[in-house]
Amino acid sequence: MAEMAHGTGGQKHDPNKRHLPNELNILAALILMVAVFELLGALLMGQSFLFDSSDRFDSIFNEARLKIIILQVSITGIIAIGATQIIIMGGIDLSPGSVVGVTAMVAMSFAQVAEVNGFPNPKGVFGPELQDLSVFVPIAIGLIVGAIAGFLNGFFVAVAKIPPFIATLGMMVAARGAAKWWSKGQPISFPTDEYAWIGDGMNPVIWFACLAVLFHCILKYTLYGNYTYAIGSNEDAARMSGINVGRHKILVYTIGGLLAAFAAIILSSKNLTAQAGMGVMYELDAIAMAVIGGVSLAGGRGSIVGTVLGALIFGVIISGFTFLRLDAYYQEIVKGGIIIGAVVLDQWRQRRAASRR
Amino acid sequence: MSEIILETRNLTKRYGGVHALEGANFVLRKGEHVAIMGDNGAGKSTFVRQVTGVEQRTSGEVIFDGEVVNFEGPLEAREAGIETVFQTLALADELDVPANLFLGRELIKFRLGPFSILDFKAIRERTLNSLTKTGVKIPNIKNTIKNMSGGQRQCVAIARTATFHSKLTIMDEPTAALGVQETAQVENIIRTLKEASEPLILISHNMRQVFDLVDRIVVFRRGRIVADLLKSETSGEEVVAYITGAKTQSEFEAEV
Repeated sequence: MAEMAHGTGGQKHDPNKRHLPNELNILAALILMVAVFELLGALLMGQSFLFDSSDRFDSIFNEARLKIIILQVSITGIIAIGATQIIIMGGIDLSPGSVVGVTAMVAMSFAQVAEVNGFPNPKGVFGPELQDLSVFVPIAIGLIVGAIAGFLNGFFVAVAKIPPFIATLGMMVAARGAAKWWSKGQPISFPTDEYAWIGDGMNPVIWFACLAVLFHCILKYTLYGNYTYAIGSNEDAARMSGINVGRHKILVYTIGGLLAAFAAIILSSKNLTAQAGMGVMYELDAIAMAVIGGVSLAGGRGSIVGTVLGALIFGVIISGFTFLRLDAYYQEIVKGGIIIGAVVLDQWRQRRAASRR
Repeated sequence: MSEIILETRNLTKRYGGVHALEGANFVLRKGEHVAIMGDNGAGKSTFVRQVTGVEQRTSGEVIFDGEVVNFEGPLEAREAGIETVFQTLALADELDVPANLFLGRELIKFRLGPFSILDFKAIRERTLNSLTKTGVKIPNIKNTIKNMSGGQRQCVAIARTATFHSKLTIMDEPTAALGVQETAQVENIIRTLKEASEPLILISHNMRQVFDLVDRIVVFRRGRIVADLLKSETSGEEVVAYITGAKTQSEFEAEV
């Protein structure tokens, strides 16, 4: 009977052969990317990619490049945290780029100073009574705008049963229109010092790190995370088990909208201005980061750790091309290639997983 | 005569002009294991779908645990205590065994609305307990369902019903897609349920299995119940005769 214990077919469990977490593969890919750029740097440029080759820094690393790599992905990385959850749940969100646009415009117009160099704010959206407000006002209003956009996405997907691709595509167009309408296309500038602090220097990286840790814990240890994975891997089973699938979808899309709004606040603060065209294509960068980081477009699989690593891979590639002095045009072409490549890789992984059954 | 857990009176379901189920009068007592047999399209699954609220009946009454019930959906039936193992398994492929067992009834360590923190340790312990109790052997419960064989999946689905002390378990062809050893394991679980006197409705085409496991056999033919046989008083040939229509029990004669 003891031998019978494992005689139920399927995979035989071998405690010596543990499955390595997928995140390790992504870490390996990250290290590989860095190594490729180091090699190309040594061959083509005669200098190191990440290490301090001309003694400009105190440490052995090229601190300036490391900072740029992580800084340039932190804002889209925050959106990617939301994209990760939505894709794990089996959805997709194409709207965060436009939500960034409209949120940045609205939040910034409540964050303006009354006087610039002794004159009234030349870009003032509202009168002086709505200027020089506490920093919490634009943050709260911005988050509400993002939450409304996310809630509407969730509502159309969960209640009106519109496919997420279409529902969020509509939101993408509508939110961009709202961003342009808000100030008739005019940029909004001159924020208060407190608002400008939010995205100052390396602060975006700190926000990104905090949000990544927070949502890592939420996805891993809470009911919310359990439901998200369950709905993504078998929506019918989740419904049959008593999970309120519709309500959970609305919640996840709303959190996606909130994260896009947070990214918008940081971005407008960092740039000290808000423009209606802000955040164009951010959603695709965010989705690419998630997919590179091992989030399956079929749903059910992925993690915040993977997405953060995916974001770093993204940053390394973009910085690497700048380092190799490739034109920005090439960068966009390569970016497109990365997105397609990540999806192909995801499908390949799924086929391989299916054939192992 | 012991207490009745499930009774249907004149349960009828029509899909347009198709009479899928006609006036089914069915009784299940506490602790009893009953098999429902019949050819394809005889109304077995239709019967189960009406009882579990997956579909809404055309007419008739369902009395569960002493009360007339009108389940709006399978969820209400489950909350009332009817656990169903469907032909298509309702498991989340990407989750591990404990997460699937407790899906929708997670144990909480710290309540905080949707962000309540899960009590993984308690979930794991109770999973191991219930797997031991039902005799399900799964080498590594941290494995995701996706990586398991059909038999192991079926066992997880059945263990889920056994974990929560449901008042009634319904299994719709639980071994149809399984190999010999896997079937044996599922049958062992069913015996465990019998020892615990948990009532069961088993839909099966497998004559040997039915005679091994249940107390009573109800035969459906063309949407009607045509026989209600105690296992001890019948034989395989007789059941086949009822299924194929060669025989009909006298008390059901008038209706056919």
